[in-house]
Amino acid sequence: MTAQRDDTLAAGAVTAPRSSATGKVSASDVSVFYGEKQALFDVSLDMPDRMVTALIGPSGCGKSTFLRCINRMNDTIPGARVNGRIIIDGEDVNDRQVDPVLLRARVGMVFQKPNPFPKSIFENVAYGPRIHGFATSKSELADIVESSLKRAGLWKEVSDRLLAPGTSLSGGQQQRLVIARAIAVSPEVILMDEPCSALDPIATAKIEELIDDLRSQYCIVIVTHSMAQAARVSQRTAFFHMGAVVEAGATDEIFTNPRDTRTQDYITGRFG
Amino acid sequence: MLIWIALLGLILFSAASYAAGRRKVLSAAGHRPSLLHSLPGYYGAYLALWAAAPAALVLLLVSLMGAQVEELILRGDPPAAVSSLPASTQDVFYNDVVATVNDGQVSQTVYDGALGDAFNAKLVQAKDIHRNLTAAALSLAFVLALAGAAAAWPRLSADFAARPRVERWVAALFLACAVVAVLTTVGIVASLVWESWRFFQVVPLFEFLFGMTWDPQIAIRADQVASSGAFGAVPLFMGTFLIMMIAMTVAAPVGLFAAIYLSEYAGATTRAVVKPLLEILAGIPTVVYGFFAALTVGPLFRGFFNSLGAPLLGGPFDALGLYLMQVQNQMALVAGAVMGIMLIPFVSSLSDDIINAVPQSLRDGSLAMGATRSETITRVIMPAALPGVMGALLLAVSRAIGETMIVTMAAGLQARATINPLDTVTTVTVQIVTLLTGDQEFDSPKTLSAFGLGLTLFLITLMLNIVALRIVQRYREQYD
Repeated sequence: MTAQRDDTLAAGAVTAPRSSATGKVSASDVSVFYGEKQALFDVSLDMPDRMVTALIGPSGCGKSTFLRCINRMNDTIPGARVNGRIIIDGEDVNDRQVDPVLLRARVGMVFQKPNPFPKSIFENVAYGPRIHGFATSKSELADIVESSLKRAGLWKEVSDRLLAPGTSLSGGQQQRLVIARAIAVSPEVILMDEPCSALDPIATAKIEELIDDLRSQYCIVIVTHSMAQAARVSQRTAFFHMGAVVEAGATDEIFTNPRDTRTQDYITGRFG
Repeated sequence: MLIWIALLGLILFSAASYAAGRRKVLSAAGHRPSLLHSLPGYYGAYLALWAAAPAALVLLLVSLMGAQVEELILRGDPPAAVSSLPASTQDVFYNDVVATVNDGQVSQTVYDGALGDAFNAKLVQAKDIHRNLTAAALSLAFVLALAGAAAAWPRLSADFAARPRVERWVAALFLACAVVAVLTTVGIVASLVWESWRFFQVVPLFEFLFGMTWDPQIAIRADQVASSGAFGAVPLFMGTFLIMMIAMTVAAPVGLFAAIYLSEYAGATTRAVVKPLLEILAGIPTVVYGFFAALTVGPLFRGFFNSLGAPLLGGPFDALGLYLMQVQNQMALVAGAVMGIMLIPFVSSLSDDIINAVPQSLRDGSLAMGATRSETITRVIMPAALPGVMGALLLAVSRAIGETMIVTMAAGLQARATINPLDTVTTVTVQIVTLLTGDQEFDSPKTLSAFGLGLTLFLITLMLNIVALRIVQRYREQYD
């Protein structure tokens, strides 16, 4: 399974163009219903590889709902129904053939509130590799944990207390631990749902730095309420409003020269 | 009787006081309630409380303690015919006199001769005392009601702070109720300790806790032929422990897995059906479980083991076959299994709460890592819920130890130290029941041993509950 995934990763790297024309993740006409209520209306969006795509918009506009479609986390909500196509590397994630469990190993997710498991720091990072059988020996597992923590910029702070509970870390450290946990299974896409909203400015700066580092290897989609954060970390931005994408494009353009007045109003802080 | 009529009158009087107090402040404020310090009702309530509370207290005391006071006065000058009687017969005598006056329960003793005269004389005296006491109480209540109302009346004015005063009365009422509950508990524990102490004067503590023979049959009268009694409680403890272990073997996995199913797998509709059904199971009286065990499960199990034993007879396992053929309806396994079924809803509903308290973010985090549901449950949710689940299981253990009805009906009465679930055993609770039902003399060690057992049981379950609640609480704090 590991070898196969490496192949697709390599293939994806070759075929996925760096331009915005076709994304690593490509959504077309995605609608989401919670029971009778429609939360998302025909959303189409391309999220290119090795770039950060920011989803912005007022509360309740469907950003998080859209994010949760990409790794099919909406499956866990009773009564949720998703229409439309979301293609990752040529494969529709809503296809019957696709096992959501395997999909989620390829599409990592970081949540609003840091949610380390009630386990040690080491075990938190080793969780994914363990359940997917990535490591054949203890030393291999330790290597994965170390490299993941290093990539998440947490290694220096925790290397001497890997057996301490994950919950004993500070909020910002916990969030980086959770990111390390996500990248330990070498995903291709990382989804972040307001990863800094529960953190102080210093911890936020560290996470943003980390996101910028990770960009060179992954396709990152981040939901954020902070306009400044979207401008700082993302290369592409999509503005959601009332369950639909109003405008999407290069971040520079969206922020300096929005075409839609609603986008302009939101970015300049007139509503939202 | 008169007292109850007086109480009714008092209620009417306080209702009238309420209306009068309310009217007074309203008219004092020119019928503009906004000028009052408190809402008008508080003034009425203030007056009503002063009118009713002291008088009601007097009436309550008299109706509760009147008979005791009467008896105390009656005993003041005992007639010669009575004082020559033994103390216990004297008690019966006075009891009968007071009961005759108060329409209480009278013993069947016939008083004649000198004793009859004394009885009639005392009866006259008792009636006298009763009449005087009632009259005194009623007039005191009457005066108190009027005085209370009269004292409170002049204070009622627009700027009088009635609300905080009424609030204080309400707080006092709640405090009184809490005190009653606490005092009752203290009283129960005190009586348990006191009677146990009397028991341990006869039977040494060491013998009770470590003795291997339980045979409480001893001579009640001096002329009876009986054994001297043995009070080694180890067989009872072992029986209790054995049945508890069997019950937990049934209840812990089934209850826990049912809870996991309900909280992690079941859809909303399934949950809506299954949870109430489990709660119905929790509402079945234990005596029903008891006869279910004794009449249905017992014969079923016996038939099963007997049929297992039959083919072994005469073969190399003849002894085992013979033993299985002799298995009875009553055995530890039957009582334990049925008790386990009784505990399933207890374990499952507590565990369900605890598992539901594990934050959704942990579930999402694990699922988003590509973990399956069962991986999420075994690797993330159960480790997070484990302390709480342990607490729930300890609470179930403490219930299993204290459970009485099922074991009384299905476990047997033979006190023996065994760990064989097919044997009949007896438990601490069963022995307490058998010791204290039927005619008993309350100063023989046989009866007192029940208090020793009760105290032991109380201490064990108390400790279990404290530990369990502590664990559950600490776990709850973790995620708040």
